[in-house]
Amino acid sequence: MDKIPDKLSSSSEKNEVLNLEETELRLGLPGSEFSDKKAGNGFSLFGKDLKDETNNGFSQNPLKNIFSGAKRGFSDAIDGSNKWGLCINGGSEVDLGKNDVLFSPRGGGNVGVKNTNILQSCQPTTPQPVEGKKIEHGSTTPASKAQVVGWPPIRSFRKNTLATNLSRNNDVTGNSGPGCLYVKVSMDGAPYLRKVDLKTYCSYADLSSALEKMFSCFTIGQYASHGLRGKEELSECHLMDLLDRSEYVLTYEDKDGDWMLVGDVPWEMFTDSCKRLRIMKGSEASGLAPRVIEKCKGQN
Amino acid sequence: MDPKLKKTKDSSSNSANSPDSTHSSFPFPDEVLERVLSLLHSHKDRSSVSLVCKDWYNAERWTRTKLFIGNCYSVSPEIVARRFPRIKSVTLKGKPRFSDFNLVPQYWGADVHSWLVMFAKVYPFLEELRLKRMTLSDESLKFLATSFPGFKALSLLSCDGFSTDGLKAIATHCKNLTELDIQENGIDDFGGGWLSSFSENCSSLEVLNFASLSSDVSFDALEKLVRRCKSLRILKVNKSISLDQLQQLLVHAPQLIELGTGSFQQELTPWQYEDLETAFSNCKNLQALSGLWEATSLHLPVLYAACASLTFLNLSYAALQSGELAKLVAHSPNLRRLWVLDTVGDKGLEAVGSSCPLLEELRVFPADPYELDLHHGVTEAGFLAVSHGCRKLHYVLYFCRQMTNAAVATIVLNCPDFTHFRLCIMNPGEPDYLTNEPMDEAFGAVVKTCTNLRRLAVSGLLTDLTFKYIGKYAKNLETLSVAFAGSSDRGMQCVLQGCPKLRKLEIRDSPFGNAALLSGVEKYETMRSLWMSACNVTMSACRLLAKDMPRLNVEVMRDEGSDDRQADKVYVYRSVAGPRRDAPPFVLSL
Repeated sequence: MDKIPDKLSSSSEKNEVLNLEETELRLGLPGSEFSDKKAGNGFSLFGKDLKDETNNGFSQNPLKNIFSGAKRGFSDAIDGSNKWGLCINGGSEVDLGKNDVLFSPRGGGNVGVKNTNILQSCQPTTPQPVEGKKIEHGSTTPASKAQVVGWPPIRSFRKNTLATNLSRNNDVTGNSGPGCLYVKVSMDGAPYLRKVDLKTYCSYADLSSALEKMFSCFTIGQYASHGLRGKEELSECHLMDLLDRSEYVLTYEDKDGDWMLVGDVPWEMFTDSCKRLRIMKGSEASGLAPRVIEKCKGQN
Repeated sequence: MDPKLKKTKDSSSNSANSPDSTHSSFPFPDEVLERVLSLLHSHKDRSSVSLVCKDWYNAERWTRTKLFIGNCYSVSPEIVARRFPRIKSVTLKGKPRFSDFNLVPQYWGADVHSWLVMFAKVYPFLEELRLKRMTLSDESLKFLATSFPGFKALSLLSCDGFSTDGLKAIATHCKNLTELDIQENGIDDFGGGWLSSFSENCSSLEVLNFASLSSDVSFDALEKLVRRCKSLRILKVNKSISLDQLQQLLVHAPQLIELGTGSFQQELTPWQYEDLETAFSNCKNLQALSGLWEATSLHLPVLYAACASLTFLNLSYAALQSGELAKLVAHSPNLRRLWVLDTVGDKGLEAVGSSCPLLEELRVFPADPYELDLHHGVTEAGFLAVSHGCRKLHYVLYFCRQMTNAAVATIVLNCPDFTHFRLCIMNPGEPDYLTNEPMDEAFGAVVKTCTNLRRLAVSGLLTDLTFKYIGKYAKNLETLSVAFAGSSDRGMQCVLQGCPKLRKLEIRDSPFGNAALLSGVEKYETMRSLWMSACNVTMSACRLLAKDMPRLNVEVMRDEGSDDRQADKVYVYRSVAGPRRDAPPFVLSL
């Protein structure tokens, strides 16, 4: 079940030590898989490996949101505010008579059989919402996120009020309002962009790990986690290993419209001048990559 | 209070009721019993009293003036009219609670009109009407406004079906209105003209809450109204009222006990700022503060003087950061209830823990509920911090993205008096993020430690073990909300068999099926209602339940395109009125 797209040329000789499921490219929705992936799977920015994210091991998680959303044909209106996206209504086409299987992996009896049916049958439908939707400019929520009707349980009035506030924050002063600074993040080869609030991060490492989680679904893991939970920096030899295999470089567009390598200036200066981020493929950024290595060497 | 009226109407009562009767073994004449019972206000006490004997039943029904109906379909207007002749105040609740979250389609029912028609006939002196999750039209509001000359108080919470035109009717016709409380309803807002419909003679208002309406009202009309109504104690305005306008209102109403501000963001001159500060400091009786839309650190300091007496601070519409909240709560040592947005973060909650030792209730709402990034919002750390500092905490509603079993266990050790524990880990089925285990032990700790627990909402990855714990330990539990939890029928069975005081059980997206549903056959008549949606229940089981229990209404709503055998949404409730006669086509009454 692992489909390796042509673009990402991970060295296949690594596969024998890989956990194939971890390297599987799944067309899950952003965010719905982040609890499932380990940090080490994605590209590394700045050559630092990041905290190993605990894998909850419940593989139905990424699909959960999709399914619950799929069944809600009846009352999907989140009052009037289209920004929040529509719940996927394709569920009835797929045999989703019972969606309990997703929530009770250890449930008794028949569950196991149905499980595979649904997992297999879900594959064709999941791409639809992903491809069909675009990120609205100014929206803080990527519209392609599957949302369960009535979850989290917040009354419509409150939801609508907060939605208005958030969008106002983003629209008014060019994506920046009191306490938030949203910039677009694009990744070469990804079908849609994301937005991050730079003010919620306090360092480059912070930003880097968050972006990695966000975009990990588009990459194939280079290798399994080295059990580096809790450590933020690698020894130099690991660093070099990562960089050699590192596919991506993080760049940003500054106020002058120039594309710069992330990491050169102090963090505050960066957040002040950054207008958007781009995760560039290593092959395109070949001129920059050596500088990354030297920079990180210097930091180590 | 006319004794003659009583005797003619009360033809079905036995002769033991008359004061001269020698059959009655009861030593007190009716008048004394009635005098005593008229001091009883709690409807639960009154229910108990009415079961003692026939005399007491009759005395109670003649002295009851406040009617509380938790489920409008559990009884009919006719039955109510026959039993209670002297009602002045009615509280009616309609739709199941999950309708707040769009799980109940529109036009489901709970229309108040037939009740109003009955009230007009039998209770012409009705003074108060409080509705929650009911549907009412503008015509109903007009009917209400014109049918009850002594009408005083109208409170509408989470209702729908009407517009500001209906409010206009109320303002126009209810000359003695003391309370108009409109909260979070799904209404059509055609403009703020309704406020101007209050007559110039109207000076009786004590409560005015229109915070959730969006359109502009005439400030002139509002100001005059506030000035006239010297007894005004609760004023909650909407966003259209600016800061300088608020200041003018406060000058006229320093006696306010509860204030909901309008928009809290405006360019103020230094004089205006000072005036506003003074206005707030003159409100010596202020106990509750809300509104604060778009409040920023620039203007929050004007509140500091008023904070000293505050017991309730509702910041759930103000996206404050941790520092701003910290400063605010530092001035509010008497806080008992605090509602915030999770933008304050764990740091903000730490400040709450250290500044508010008297805190009893905390609600933390998510600013961006669909954001999955862990960088936002609050975690177990914030909750822990509050529990360390606020040992009197007994009500919590907490939305977060991560939690651990250990944290919850510590929290309930710190605060064992929880009566309401509502934890919402926003990603369905999320385990303990440190151990990857289910959150069973967390809720186990809650029910074991908090023996006074009356309301529980569970979340996160949960197996049947959670429900075994609940059934075994939660002996005072009355309301349980379950979503995306459990492994098998056994879970729900444990709850139904174990919780003697259970009244409301609402379940969604959980693997409970027919065996679970049917295990509660004898239990449901002791409860107000059961809701099960997106579970594993089939139509045949529902039919069986309906057949076996004639005094239960079993209603099923099916989703479009789903299997005919599947009962997607099941709503079961006890009723003495029989099946609904106003059910729309998509509600199947079995």
